[in-house]
Amino acid sequence: MESSISSGADSGADSGTDPGTNSGATSDGSQLDIAALPTADRAALFEFLQRIGDDRLVLGHRLSEWCGHAPILEEDIALGNIALDLLGQATRALELAGEAENAGRSADALAYFREAIDFRNLQLVELPPGDFGYTITRQFFFDAFSIHFMDALQNSTHAELAALAVKATKEERYHLRHSSEWMIKLGQGTEESHARVQRSVNELWRFVGEMFKVDEVDRRMAQLGIAPLASDFRARWDSVVSDVLARAELDHPQDEFFARGGRVGHHTEYLGHMLAEMQIVARSHPGVEW
Amino acid sequence: MVALADSVLDLLREVKDPELPMVDVVELGIVRDVRVTDDGVRVDITPTYTACPAISMIKDDIVDMLTTHGFPNVTVRTVYSPAWTTDWMGEEAKEKLRAAGIAPPGRVDEQPLVMLHRAPRVVACPYCGSSDSEERSEFGSTACKSIHYCNNCHQPF
Repeated sequence: MESSISSGADSGADSGTDPGTNSGATSDGSQLDIAALPTADRAALFEFLQRIGDDRLVLGHRLSEWCGHAPILEEDIALGNIALDLLGQATRALELAGEAENAGRSADALAYFREAIDFRNLQLVELPPGDFGYTITRQFFFDAFSIHFMDALQNSTHAELAALAVKATKEERYHLRHSSEWMIKLGQGTEESHARVQRSVNELWRFVGEMFKVDEVDRRMAQLGIAPLASDFRARWDSVVSDVLARAELDHPQDEFFARGGRVGHHTEYLGHMLAEMQIVARSHPGVEW
Repeated sequence: MVALADSVLDLLREVKDPELPMVDVVELGIVRDVRVTDDGVRVDITPTYTACPAISMIKDDIVDMLTTHGFPNVTVRTVYSPAWTTDWMGEEAKEKLRAAGIAPPGRVDEQPLVMLHRAPRVVACPYCGSSDSEERSEFGSTACKSIHYCNNCHQPF
């Protein structure tokens, strides 16, 4: 008693013909039944999905702070577009986090009603936007990470996460191209732009190590086939970063001390201030719609 | 039931994309599935971008359109896989975009994951047809558009 029509036939392209990307199905066809996971694994999944969502929510918010302030109009639009992509990815990841937690919390509830200590984002993404070169450098370090992360995540045993990753990988291609082009322009630009972006590279370097730090949650996700281990693609990140820094005629910093703690809720002082602004409307007017 | 699904699809052709009102959601390729059962109608749509701000408006428009035409229990789901590409747009839709000053996309070729220096696309100006155009930004007024400039007729598009 059920009929079905796929509109793809009308537009001359069947659903499933999706050139250039993985369809989102796992390579061996196996998919995880999230509801059947043991409690400990569901808790780990909840943690992990918050990390994905919070990185993008916080970075998206930081980018949105440029709205109306970017150096040229096209750039204002570009940063707004990228912020929007990140918020879209965050919304979906936090919806899935809410489902994993199974306590009835929506993406909005997680975004607007958790405290800083409950956020699981990298410290890298919560730092204030700084000057344009600083924002671009931070974005470039994150994009070079996110594109490899999302690409590998397309093979996740978590079907909905894999579907999100297919979409996000397409978006990350644009983001990385945008930030790397700017790195090169600023690095090769004036003495001033070169000095500023070099300073940003040096200052932000101590925050990049956290992206590749693996803990019990990450290992469990990898065992379940839900996500790749970030340490597995560190070399690919390094090669993109080295390539772009060289083209930009920028010095590659040496690895020294790496800050970490964001993944377990230890944040810089900046996150609380940012959240105060981000959350105030939702908290002042709970349930408000416009 | 197939006939019913067909008439649902006809109604969906009346639902326009709020950001590109010259095309409807079916020819844009974002309607992925229509199911009519005894319990109601279920429509699956896919966003062009994960954060497409129009998607909730489109959902509401679909529910309104079907409900006012006598279909009870309309649910609209957002599906993310397989991901939308511009290849899902029909030729007619591309023609309508061109007429509205938006150069329709060509076919999407397979690309390496990290491509830092993409050769600029040759895009024919939707106004004068000239190929002497340049890409100003990959990011346009909506997430699914980019900004170009025609060196021949000096129109941005």
